[in-house]
Amino acid sequence: MRIFSALVLRDLRLAMSGGAALPILFFLLVAMLYPFGVGPDGETLEKTGGGVLWMAALLAALLPVDRLIAPDAENGVFDQLAVRGVGDEIIASAKILAHWISFGPPLMIAAIPAAGLLRLNGAELIRLELGLLIGTPGLAALTVIVAGITAGLRSTGALAGLLMLPLAVPLLIFGAGSLGDPGGSALKLLGACSLLLCAIAPFATGASIRAMRD
Amino acid sequence: MMGAGQLVLDNVSCRRGGRLLFDGLSYCLCQGDAARITGANGVGKSSLLRLIAGLLMPESGTINKVGRLALANDAGFLDPQAPLAKALAFLAGLDGATSNAIQNALSALGIAHLTMVPVRILSTGQKKRAVLSMVVASDADIWLLDEPANGLDAESLGFLEAAIAKHRAAGGIVVVASHQDMALPGAEHIMLGPV
Repeated sequence: MRIFSALVLRDLRLAMSGGAALPILFFLLVAMLYPFGVGPDGETLEKTGGGVLWMAALLAALLPVDRLIAPDAENGVFDQLAVRGVGDEIIASAKILAHWISFGPPLMIAAIPAAGLLRLNGAELIRLELGLLIGTPGLAALTVIVAGITAGLRSTGALAGLLMLPLAVPLLIFGAGSLGDPGGSALKLLGACSLLLCAIAPFATGASIRAMRD
Repeated sequence: MMGAGQLVLDNVSCRRGGRLLFDGLSYCLCQGDAARITGANGVGKSSLLRLIAGLLMPESGTINKVGRLALANDAGFLDPQAPLAKALAFLAGLDGATSNAIQNALSALGIAHLTMVPVRILSTGQKKRAVLSMVVASDADIWLLDEPANGLDAESLGFLEAAIAKHRAAGGIVVVASHQDMALPGAEHIMLGPV
């Protein structure tokens, strides 16, 4: 547990110095640009805004993909941890938690001004926040999986997008779908997708870290 | 403090990228023992250290380790932006090293005055000494040193030899892969050659 928290703290520190604000700025930028693109018609914005914010959240989660796993694999941090008997799955879980902390809650805060820009009303904002709370752990897990798979390859950005986006579609469907679904069943399905990704991610990423060692 | 460390290699062979690097290695190192791995470039010195460290799996044979390990290889894992003390703190903290132990280890290698200097402006030799000081501070039973003398000047080499002697006197085990001559009295010589 002491090791786990040390790993999370280290990753958070690296995230803070390595541009953790970028995904949030990107998210806000989309919210700001969207009304310019489709026009200032309030009804259109209200109808489509939630979905746009979900797409922005998904792409924002993907932005730091190249600094999550690859640097530590290249410069030997994983080797040093392995010599100390730290399991690869523990490392992966710490990475996922740290990645979520660095973009999940800030994104939920950024969603408040973004919702204003896209004329979402209070009830929709609450559903958006709830969806983000449930969905962003899944996004973080997925990003770390993809970061592990693509670590060690060149020009990871585009490849990571191609790998991740199809897998993120369920999160997008249920996340955006939950906005127009007062019953809450979309949120439950979103939670199911998110949990599944969080459950797979430590093992998938741990396996990539192990494979890179040889 | 260090317990009874032991390192036993039994008929170990290593294959990397389809190429057999070495086979049939059997050695037994007990408290206070040292081994020195030599051989031409690419013959598998680092691979042998990585095998012992558990980072690679042997093609055949078994490696038995008793005690904690510490590996000194490239200095890449030190965060280049952070001051030296901070860069060392993360891994040394996992080893359970106190700040006192880290400070003593830095002094033992003659870089105690560099703690506030960012890692990126340290020289090759200074970085190497930083990595070695982390091993010294770790209080591990088995030290695995990959080319520890690379980039070290004569004075630092003396520091390193003294640190190794002290570690062995306390019952520790040292395995060194190196081209350069170092004082390792009574060390087992593991000569790797093409198979």
